[in-house]
Amino acid sequence: MALTKGAAQSSRRVLPGYRLTLGYTLFYLSLIVLIPMAALFLRAAELGPAGFWEAITEPRLVASYKLSFGASLLAAAINSVFGLLLAWALVRYSFPGRRIVDALIDLPFALPTAVAGISLTALYANNGWLGSIVEGVFGIKVAFTPLGVLIALVFIGLPFVVRTVQPVLEDIETELEEAAACLGASRWRTFRHVLLPLLTPALLTGFALAFARAVGEYGSVIFIAGNIPLVSEITPLLIITKLEQFDYSGATAVGVVMLVFSFLMLLVINLLQSLSTRRLGRNP
Amino acid sequence: MSLSSFKFLPFALSAALLLGGCGGEGGSTRTLLNVSYDPTRELYQEFNEAFVKHWEAETGERVQVTQSHGGSGSQARSVIDGLQADVVTLALAYDIDAIAERTSKIPADWESKLPDNSSPYTSTIVFLVRKGNPLNIQDWDDLAKPGVGVITPNPKSSGGARWNYLAAWGYAIKQPGATEASARDFVQALYKNVLVLDSGARGSTTTFVQRGIGDVLISWENEAFLALNELGPDQLEIVVPSVSILAEPPVAVVEANAEAKGQADLARAYLEYLYSAEGQSIAAKNYYRPRHPELAGAEDVARFPQLELFTIREVFGSWGEAQRTHFDDGGVFDQIYGL
Amino acid sequence: MSATPMRKPGSQSRYERNPATSEKPWVKYTILGLGLGYFALFILMPLIAVFYEALRRGWGPYFSAIVHPDAMAAIKLTLTVAAISVPLNLVFGVAAAWLIAKFEFRGKQLLLTMIDLPFSVSPVIVGLMYVLLFGANGWFGVWLAEHGFRIIFALPGILLATIFVTFPFVARELIPLMQAQGKDEEEAAVVLGASGWQVFWHVTLPNIKWALLYGVILSNARAMGEFGAVSVVSGKIRGATNTLPLQVEILYNEYNFAAAFAVASLLALLALVTLVIKTWVEHRAHGRDVVVSPERPLPPAATVQPALEKVA
Repeated sequence: MALTKGAAQSSRRVLPGYRLTLGYTLFYLSLIVLIPMAALFLRAAELGPAGFWEAITEPRLVASYKLSFGASLLAAAINSVFGLLLAWALVRYSFPGRRIVDALIDLPFALPTAVAGISLTALYANNGWLGSIVEGVFGIKVAFTPLGVLIALVFIGLPFVVRTVQPVLEDIETELEEAAACLGASRWRTFRHVLLPLLTPALLTGFALAFARAVGEYGSVIFIAGNIPLVSEITPLLIITKLEQFDYSGATAVGVVMLVFSFLMLLVINLLQSLSTRRLGRNP
Repeated sequence: MSLSSFKFLPFALSAALLLGGCGGEGGSTRTLLNVSYDPTRELYQEFNEAFVKHWEAETGERVQVTQSHGGSGSQARSVIDGLQADVVTLALAYDIDAIAERTSKIPADWESKLPDNSSPYTSTIVFLVRKGNPLNIQDWDDLAKPGVGVITPNPKSSGGARWNYLAAWGYAIKQPGATEASARDFVQALYKNVLVLDSGARGSTTTFVQRGIGDVLISWENEAFLALNELGPDQLEIVVPSVSILAEPPVAVVEANAEAKGQADLARAYLEYLYSAEGQSIAAKNYYRPRHPELAGAEDVARFPQLELFTIREVFGSWGEAQRTHFDDGGVFDQIYGL
Repeated sequence: MSATPMRKPGSQSRYERNPATSEKPWVKYTILGLGLGYFALFILMPLIAVFYEALRRGWGPYFSAIVHPDAMAAIKLTLTVAAISVPLNLVFGVAAAWLIAKFEFRGKQLLLTMIDLPFSVSPVIVGLMYVLLFGANGWFGVWLAEHGFRIIFALPGILLATIFVTFPFVARELIPLMQAQGKDEEEAAVVLGASGWQVFWHVTLPNIKWALLYGVILSNARAMGEFGAVSVVSGKIRGATNTLPLQVEILYNEYNFAAAFAVASLLALLALVTLVIKTWVEHRAHGRDVVVSPERPLPPAATVQPALEKVA
């Protein structure tokens, strides 16, 4: 998504629609995104710096940041590993049902989060199909613990790593690996030193996307979390809790923290993407 | 086609989006919107039908009643933010106070506008345990014993759950020789036993019954009856503690909204009908304790066990005080979780 | 470029036939086992659970749950919301992509980030923002009330929240593609005397139609399934402002689990149909002069050489 700089010819004059599209894009962006966000920031600003700081550093909130961010990081990490395996299997191997698996990867994206939440809870509760097995074998409870939060976030983030790694993997030419094999490298060495460096930017992008998506997730987590203060409360739930107590400024303050964080995450993602473009010598 | 027709298309679409909101109002039938909390669905489904018939018989006018259900606090917030409710029927007076305080849509003295503190029906807090009561849970102090798994919703996100908490506190403070500190220790020990703190009452019931988590569910009496009937009379039983709180879910006309829609008379008649023989019978049928048991079916009333009930005014002064002391940020509830 | 669509089921992939790009059988089966096990655990099982729970009490209750007036009203509302929000985002996506791909201006990177922003904003915050704007105590609340407009707790509020969460999808699909395609063809058309609209309709649109469709499909899926943001602004009036995902929650809260899962299965079915169409679109797009993911050239020797040296 890097931009072509330099070659700014007088194309502005050749193609029509600059003012129209610029005007409309800014108008629509303002209407849908910028004005509502401004409302959020201004409302939070009413608290004043001290009040704002106090509102966003309550112990219960700090605990929820740890859970939300920690579980999201872990979920994104798990998705990076297994997403890579899955992408590899989909691109490199042929097996019955491959097409179906490929199509279903996007399910968490298309399935409403509330539906995901109740079906994951039904599965991973200790009387559910999977929850009973896990508890029987390992003696750990899944649903209604921080582990349940992790499960929901893994589900939510699964498509992102697969979908960013898959096209890059498809595009890597076999000649590279053939050359490595001719030079006597083992498969592992080839993967480690030739393929992995090429895949890393895509992996990182997928990781960041999965992470950004997971931090704000509400619908699917709420059913499976257990919601015990300081233990299994996620940050978006606390926003709802504050609203329930008619504490609008407190809710908006937390909202601002999350929004700023999202913005930073996106900057990182864009950076990673331009890095990956440069790395692969792609010409935008 | 020229560029100019393309130019206005997006703006026209955006305008259409904004204008979508102004239609609607002028139907020939008057429609009442009752904004309520989650567990009253069955009650009002039946009551609305009865009221529509009654109103038609009385006046010849055919009206409609629509419902909105959700958490009591979030429903109140929706009304504050502009949801056009004609009447609110919520879980606790604090939520209606909040509407009155933050908007001028409900007068501050709403509680005195209808009989019985504007609560046409009441309930109380009881326990739901697994069949046979394996842990032999009989009273509140059994809930605070080590090793008992308790399920109750989070009082900070669920209005209904605040009654659960206050009932436990009231029990503790009514023990001989009890002090504020001993009540706090008791409630703390009880909440230490809570395994899942769902965000709403129905979530807690699902967790307890469907997911099989915990040994005891602290629940409104009407919810406990309903869960017993709908989810498993063969798996669950109700335990009634020695003493509990008189839960008074209040109702009020949102006067500004109802007047603006020209149906203040209808809204008032709707709520008043809750106090009629038919209203009271329907409440009793749906496991709410009628204020006037003599008006309701004797069989339904007989289902309600006798126990000592205290009111929030007796123990806590008022909802505002209870809220400030116990549930506001930094209040007792936060403190017992070590915050 | 990719051999994917040409592969016959059951036969080995081109990677597996090539000794330099294949692994030992145990490695292969480990990867397959882990990858597919993960897939089964997190995607297949939840999907099966939805349909299993929905049909647990048989087809009769299943259908009666779906034809219930409240469910039908929710279906109608959800379709209406998708039918309005998706075209609006489509028009925006095309305009934004045209702007970003065809012109140079300052602040482009910032604009791109802003377009992406809705993707990572928590749905709960989206709802809250519109409440702060259009709620009775919000910026425009008093004015709206005086003029009889209703935004939140009515269709427009649900629409706004839905548009916000699906905001980037069409634009995000189109921007990289249109950037990769450059603007030579359009400029040639203009030089030959075509009007702006003609250029778009006859030159640009044929080049981007598959990516456009793909973006629409994604927006649509997300628009129909949004829960968190919509629940804050809906007001939850039965038969009026409940969308399908809200209806699922309500039925679930009424202990009507079979019906909740029945409505949920409708949404899951919708997701599956979406995925089928998506796969078909990708299939159609493949091998034409336009592909959904822009083709990348071979990594340049500069990055490959050092890597190979390390290996040797």
